[in-house]
Amino acid sequence: MKIEKMLQRIVVYALMLSLGGSIGFSQQPAPPTNVNAFDTPNDNGASVTITWNKSADDGVGAKTVIGYNVLRKSPDAEFEVITESPLKAGATRYVDQGAKGGPAYTYIVRAITASGSTVDSVATAPVKAVGNWYHTKKTTLLVAILFFSGVTLVFIQISRGGKKLFIRKIAGLDAVEEAVGRATEMGRPIFFVPGIGQLDSPGTIAGINIFEAVAGYAAADQTKLKAPCADPIVMNVMQNSLKEVYQAAGRPDLFQSDDVYFVNDRQFSYVAAVDGMITREKPAAIFLQGVFYAESLILSEVGNSVGAIQIAGTNQDTQLPFFITACDYTLLGEELYAASAYIKGDPLQIGTLKAQDLVKLILFVLMFAGTILALFDINWILSIFERKW
Amino acid sequence: MRRQIPIWICGVLGLLLVIQFFVPHQISEDFLDKSNDWFRILMVFAFVIGIGSLIRLHTRRISRRGENWRYSIVVIAGIVIMPLVALIDSISAREFVTNGMWFEWFYFNFYVPLDATMFSLLAFFIASAAYRAFRTRTLDATLLLLAGIALMISNAPFGNIFWDATLGKLPFLPNGFPTILGDWILVVPGMAAKRAILIGLALGAISQSLRILLGLDRAWMGG
Repeated sequence: MKIEKMLQRIVVYALMLSLGGSIGFSQQPAPPTNVNAFDTPNDNGASVTITWNKSADDGVGAKTVIGYNVLRKSPDAEFEVITESPLKAGATRYVDQGAKGGPAYTYIVRAITASGSTVDSVATAPVKAVGNWYHTKKTTLLVAILFFSGVTLVFIQISRGGKKLFIRKIAGLDAVEEAVGRATEMGRPIFFVPGIGQLDSPGTIAGINIFEAVAGYAAADQTKLKAPCADPIVMNVMQNSLKEVYQAAGRPDLFQSDDVYFVNDRQFSYVAAVDGMITREKPAAIFLQGVFYAESLILSEVGNSVGAIQIAGTNQDTQLPFFITACDYTLLGEELYAASAYIKGDPLQIGTLKAQDLVKLILFVLMFAGTILALFDINWILSIFERKW
Repeated sequence: MRRQIPIWICGVLGLLLVIQFFVPHQISEDFLDKSNDWFRILMVFAFVIGIGSLIRLHTRRISRRGENWRYSIVVIAGIVIMPLVALIDSISAREFVTNGMWFEWFYFNFYVPLDATMFSLLAFFIASAAYRAFRTRTLDATLLLLAGIALMISNAPFGNIFWDATLGKLPFLPNGFPTILGDWILVVPGMAAKRAILIGLALGAISQSLRILLGLDRAWMGG
């Protein structure tokens, strides 16, 4: 009898436990809700974005959801997991980068608990990744560029009309002729160092503009001008420039292609070579114009040690303090880009400088107004300057 | 015509690349990739011309026994030896290798130490340049000197330790003041000046790009 009663009790407890497990102690978490899949905006058509609301059990309670997997299904296949590893708890967004050129995909989000049990969301509607022809978040930038271009064209027209536009004095550019004259008087060469940038950098092109001006004065004074280059394309362009300038000055005989030569495209090898030449040849004037990085101070200090007059300019703002310290004149900020217009005095190019000044003024007014308004928690001007992509 | 065609190519391609920036479509990305490929191909051809110029210059100097011609022997030796050892490595490995034993030996035992030596010279040049810049002859130089001293003290551990042990004990002065001051100089006046220069540089670059696209600036094609 005792054994029968024990067996009955065991059966009753087992039934109670199984009932309790299925009702009160279920390990299945609540599924993610509101799952939405849509073509990612402003992309090349390679991705679909999936968003969802977290499972009610995300990070809480005994059924704690510890992560999510995203599953994708093409029309003629089964759902497959596309997340390399489960997304952490709290995730509500996933971008499927593998949807390029694919069919319309359906997605589900699977919640995973610590015990390994899972629950799937409802499947989304089919969605196809499509490439976009315009990046909507770059609209502010587009408007700014169009405005700048428009203002520039207006000022070019004004210049074409014959109106004289005023440009402030730029000491560094006024000193170019003086530096070349000094080299002529001392009977020593001029060194023009265009930096280690390539021709795709605006700073390098600006440097070449200044090189043309220096070459013009050097041709007039018949002073030796040398330019060691770190980039072969820059070297070719500068050789052509020098040839053109000497021809225009009526002295094609002065041109020697070896005056503009390739040295090395490695930063410190280039510096070692140029420093060696400066030390041996002791130029009277050195122009450091273009793109410079850590080599800026090494070059300018060596130039300083041989007593050369140095005029520097770079578009690398971090190197400007070094040039200011070690050189006689330094072109700051936009002064580097103004060289071509300033030295040649071409009215059309001067028009572009005036446009630049006007846009700069507008920017400063906006920045000042934005700062004042931000003090009163009005941020719409600041939001214009936010990068949105 | 010789000048007009490159200007047109530059203008049209430049405009297309500006448009490309605003078009995220795959066709637009492919166009950018292709443009970059073309640039790399051109670079390779230009390198041949560049190396040719270097060899011509130095062989001429050696043959004429020009000034400092012995240095030119080192240059020519470098140009010859590095490809040669790479070739020996490839022949021994029976395939094209760029990290062979001999090449790496020359690279790590000659090039790398020389490169590091040049870079380390910067420390000495910073000291000599700082000495000149800090001579208090003008108001600007005095301000520079004061800012420099403040930044040096803020970055040296001794600065904060000394401050906290002395003036920092006063109730109305904060602990770690040198660091607070150094950070303020960098983040407020330093950053303001830097941004002003950056805005000028950005506008200058756009303005120059426009001049190039419109054919007003032709420096890129050599005058």
